[in-house]
Amino acid sequence: MFSYLLRRLLFFVPIVAGVMLLTFALFFMVQSPKAMAHRVLGPKATPKAVELWLHNRGYDKPLLINQIPDQPWHDSLFISQMRRLATFDLGRSDVTGRPLSEVFRQGALPSLLLTVPAFLAGLAMSVGLALYLVFIRNAAADLFASLLCVALMSVPVMVYVIFGQYLVAQVFNYFPAFGFQLNGWSTAKFLFLPIALMIVSGLGADVRLFRALFLEELGQDYIRTARAKGVSSAVVLLRHVLKNGLINLITLVVASLPFLIMGSLLLENFFGIPGLGNVLFTAIQMPDFAVVQASVFLGSLLYLGGLLLTDLCYAWADPRIRLH
Amino acid sequence: MLSVRSLSIDFGSGPARVQAVKDISFSIAPGETLALVGESGSGKSVTGLALTRLLQEPPAVYSGGEILFEGRNVLKMSPAELRRLRGGKIAYVFQEPSTSLNPVFTVRSQIAEALSLHRPEVSDIDAEVARCLDLVGIVDPSKRMHDYPHQLSGGMQQRVMIAMALACHPQLLVADEPTTALDVTVQAQILDQMRLIKQQIKMAMLLITHNFGIIGGIADRVAVMFRGAIVEHGSTAEVLHNPQHPYTKALIGCIPQLGQRRRRLTTIDYSTLG
Repeated sequence: MFSYLLRRLLFFVPIVAGVMLLTFALFFMVQSPKAMAHRVLGPKATPKAVELWLHNRGYDKPLLINQIPDQPWHDSLFISQMRRLATFDLGRSDVTGRPLSEVFRQGALPSLLLTVPAFLAGLAMSVGLALYLVFIRNAAADLFASLLCVALMSVPVMVYVIFGQYLVAQVFNYFPAFGFQLNGWSTAKFLFLPIALMIVSGLGADVRLFRALFLEELGQDYIRTARAKGVSSAVVLLRHVLKNGLINLITLVVASLPFLIMGSLLLENFFGIPGLGNVLFTAIQMPDFAVVQASVFLGSLLYLGGLLLTDLCYAWADPRIRLH
Repeated sequence: MLSVRSLSIDFGSGPARVQAVKDISFSIAPGETLALVGESGSGKSVTGLALTRLLQEPPAVYSGGEILFEGRNVLKMSPAELRRLRGGKIAYVFQEPSTSLNPVFTVRSQIAEALSLHRPEVSDIDAEVARCLDLVGIVDPSKRMHDYPHQLSGGMQQRVMIAMALACHPQLLVADEPTTALDVTVQAQILDQMRLIKQQIKMAMLLITHNFGIIGGIADRVAVMFRGAIVEHGSTAEVLHNPQHPYTKALIGCIPQLGQRRRRLTTIDYSTLG
């Protein structure tokens, strides 16, 4: 078990390095550091100011490998940034100069306030609904719910956002549609709509998926054995079907956990929530490479962590799986 | 004890409706073993499942007849009565032990579930589970019961299935192809074990099989099913030695016999069977 963990963690290093190299290449393929400086400083910036800006942030170094005579080969932009990130020093924003560890810490809370309740409530609702639909399978209500799910998943998220904002903020005048503050009850009141939208936009697909998953379990031989023992339909579902279905569910659910911290790019942007999704969105627009790089770094680490957690949960839930 | 009277079972509805079981009647007395023999698709498994209404409805429709167990019609029982019947009075052993046991629960918890449903008075679950496993010939039962199904061999898994079925002292055991998925030596061991247990506890059995070869030493009577109907019915010795129906003759002719060299096995000519 310990050697398994160690091996998996060691694999993180080449994977994250590859992701970082790809991000770096893609970013600077689109624009040179100089063009970036011009966009940040504005068209009227003097060549001197641009040079100073580049030098202060290390962008005047060769990009990947230093081939200048008498300078060490590893004194390049990419390699020096990687050495810094390896010590988990996220650096400072290229635009504002704020330490990024602080930016991320501040952005994580609003993101989590939005995504964690939406995730938990959404999961409980879709599992519960899927189980109920399996319980009443083949009835008219089951067919109707399936149609409703397809309808729910066919509507683009944007429509939910615009319609939801119009309905709740304009028609019912329940709260301002835009502008987030961390302030107890009013925060909760404000977050209600984006959370509801996040649940609704994912519900259709999830219910259909879970229902299919549970139905497949229901056709298994051991379900027939359970019924032949005299187990009631409800207990068959909650004990035999759910426990087996859970194993498949874990893969889907645990792998999505890292995205909770990264926030919802779209919803945060539409509701003006200063979460991590918003931080990344503005950074790509600016452009602020330091922020993009640090986000990708943390994001890929979280994602890999999520995958590892999935495998650990798998082994925990399914006695047939052993890690070694 | 059990009496099935002109039972018919259909599947599906409208033009796609098929009659899987056609007007069959048979009965089983306490302690008696009836073998239901027939080829794949002849309706024998459907008949077995129908005894406690285990068929999925729809598509299954009980279109006629009645199933009387201790004088009461199973087809008219409430869901709660059916649950008491299933496992408590009529228990099942299925064909494929590797998929019939739930992979994520231990042997102990699967047998304990049956005990808690039908014998709530049992207080020492561990001892009772161990006793059941011991009865079916599992060595070191108090240790084995904490295993998951995948840790056991196919023969052991089927022994666990039998132990689970016997745990609640049923009056009737429906064994649906109990040895088909096992190799020949294990098959013989399991059949011997079942014969032994039947001598120890007085229990009736419905043995469903496609294999005439295994019923000789275990069944009192045989019913031969063909295309959803019972075509021949009689004592085992009678049917084996003096089969009347051409289908039964053909089926018995399919059994390879030791010591007879170069004899071709018979095939079944369905065109003559109507």
